[in-house]
Amino acid sequence: MSSELNAEELVQPAVEMTISEEVMIQMAAVHKWYGQFHVLKDINLTVRKGERIVICGPSGSGKSTLIRCINRLEEHQRGQIVVEGTELTGDLKHIEQIRREVGMVFQHFNLFPHLTVMENLTLAPIWVRKTPKAEAEAVAMKYLEWVKIPEQAQKFPGQLSGGQQQRVAIARSLCMNPKVMLFDEPTSALDPEMIKEVLDTMIQLAQEGMTMIVVTHEMGFAKTVANRVIFMDAGEIIEENDPESFFTNPQNDRTKLFLSQILSH
Amino acid sequence: MSDQKSYTPGTHPDLSAPVTEIGVVGWVRHNLFSTWYNILLTALGLWILYLVIPPLIHWTILDADWVGTTRQDCSRQGACWVYIHVWFRQLMYGLYPKDQIWRINVTYLMLGVGIVLLLIPRFPWKKTVAVFLIFVFPVIAYLLLVGGHFGLPDIETPKWGGLFLTIVIGVVGIVMSLPIGVVLALGRRSDMPVVKSVYVAFIELWRGVPLITVLFMSSVMFPLFMPEGVDFNKLVRALVGVMLFAAAYMAEVIRGGLQAIPKGQYEAADALGLSYWKSMGLIILPQAMKLVIPGIVNTFIGLFKDTTLVLIIGLFDFLGMAQFVGTNPDWLGFAVEGYVFVAFVFFWFCWGMSLYSQNLEKKLATGYR
Repeated sequence: MSSELNAEELVQPAVEMTISEEVMIQMAAVHKWYGQFHVLKDINLTVRKGERIVICGPSGSGKSTLIRCINRLEEHQRGQIVVEGTELTGDLKHIEQIRREVGMVFQHFNLFPHLTVMENLTLAPIWVRKTPKAEAEAVAMKYLEWVKIPEQAQKFPGQLSGGQQQRVAIARSLCMNPKVMLFDEPTSALDPEMIKEVLDTMIQLAQEGMTMIVVTHEMGFAKTVANRVIFMDAGEIIEENDPESFFTNPQNDRTKLFLSQILSH
Repeated sequence: MSDQKSYTPGTHPDLSAPVTEIGVVGWVRHNLFSTWYNILLTALGLWILYLVIPPLIHWTILDADWVGTTRQDCSRQGACWVYIHVWFRQLMYGLYPKDQIWRINVTYLMLGVGIVLLLIPRFPWKKTVAVFLIFVFPVIAYLLLVGGHFGLPDIETPKWGGLFLTIVIGVVGIVMSLPIGVVLALGRRSDMPVVKSVYVAFIELWRGVPLITVLFMSSVMFPLFMPEGVDFNKLVRALVGVMLFAAAYMAEVIRGGLQAIPKGQYEAADALGLSYWKSMGLIILPQAMKLVIPGIVNTFIGLFKDTTLVLIIGLFDFLGMAQFVGTNPDWLGFAVEGYVFVAFVFFWFCWGMSLYSQNLEKKLATGYR
């Protein structure tokens, strides 16, 4: 496996990561309301294979809602979302199909506490992809080694630290061989000393060529790995640029305000 | 105080606690004699025990009649356990023919062995036993107890009674209330308004009516609605009523558990591509049921005791038999012994269920939270 990169130190990626022309996700004129509250306003987003997109913005800006619309954890009321050629509508078959190809990592890990780590990882492959148990366990061990905690396989999530749990969560999504990985503030619930181990895992994943959409406040990670940074505020995409331009030369006033607030320390 | 040594920081040894703080002395001091009102309460409690326990022991054990076969053998001051001994078969089995009682005992044995096997911690064939108990045993039990096939004489259900009937109604009610309750709970949580209203109405209807009314309706009113000649067995009707009543209660207990599962669990299951039933069966329900074991067992225990209400429709369960036997002209005045015996047996069943649930909770909590 490739060597680890430190998110804080590097300014540009050490390895060129290829982005193909193939469109994985297409969001066109997407609107969403929670009752009367207009939470997503005219979202247009194209994600190509191999892209690593970081979405940032103040809380309440709709960034989590946006990525949760991609795997139908939230429903959009207007506009079109197309994932890998399949349109996301109320059709259950399409939804389940898309969910198999799109992995998600949550802020609060959401591991299944009544199952061991190994069972957490093999559950979906066995029950959704109908993989035989032995094969599923082999794949699970492979990913546990990849996230560097193979010795925890028989433990329960409650016995692991936060950083370990989040790495298990990443491995759990990877066991389904997704084409796209969504990350919803993956390090926001972690103690500072554990953030690095999770970010390193995500960098490794990016280097393997995974298409990723990450909602995060970790700007160092954005600078290292992202090929595109999107700033959202009050439900709209305000600005979108490559990391270099985004951080050194923000165009919009709201972007400037946000960056001044979070990069001050 | 004056002979206390001083130690350099980091070298103070672990001393043993003063004797008044630990062990029996400590417990007594803290729990029974800590404040003046606790001392008073302790004294009051001891006095009540003194008033109640010696007479109880005299009545139930020391002055009781244990041996004999007739009314004349009940001569002493205390309880007449001869009465129980004489009527034991009726209390246990109702009016089931004496020579067919082996069928009940065989059924008990099968059920008992099956349950014990499931309780052994590392028994390898638990799945087989469980499948047997859930699918095969009911058929065998039915054939054995009701008869009419394989040369076994048919025993009509009015002859069923005593503890046997209580166990039949209790077991059927308990076993069926759980799956039906799960379906009702899931239905009540449905997002579709029409489906949800139907389930809400069903649950509230069965919960809102006393069990005694349910039994009465099932026995008296139900035949009125049926076409001429169609008649369901009275026990079956009572069983259906008890089952649905218990299921409604169980549904709410389970729904409480479902509500307590964090939304993230549902979302993680969805995000992995699990269908509704797979995520319910593999992720949500296992966690929810574990959470509400106290509520579930509570409902079971309540149900088991509620089976005594079948007396209202002319079925003679354990308590009903005790009452019936107490009216026998030869044995007037000994009904109390019957009731004490019934209470005693009920207590062991209920406490047994309670102990098992505590054990289950301890076992399932390992590595979980």
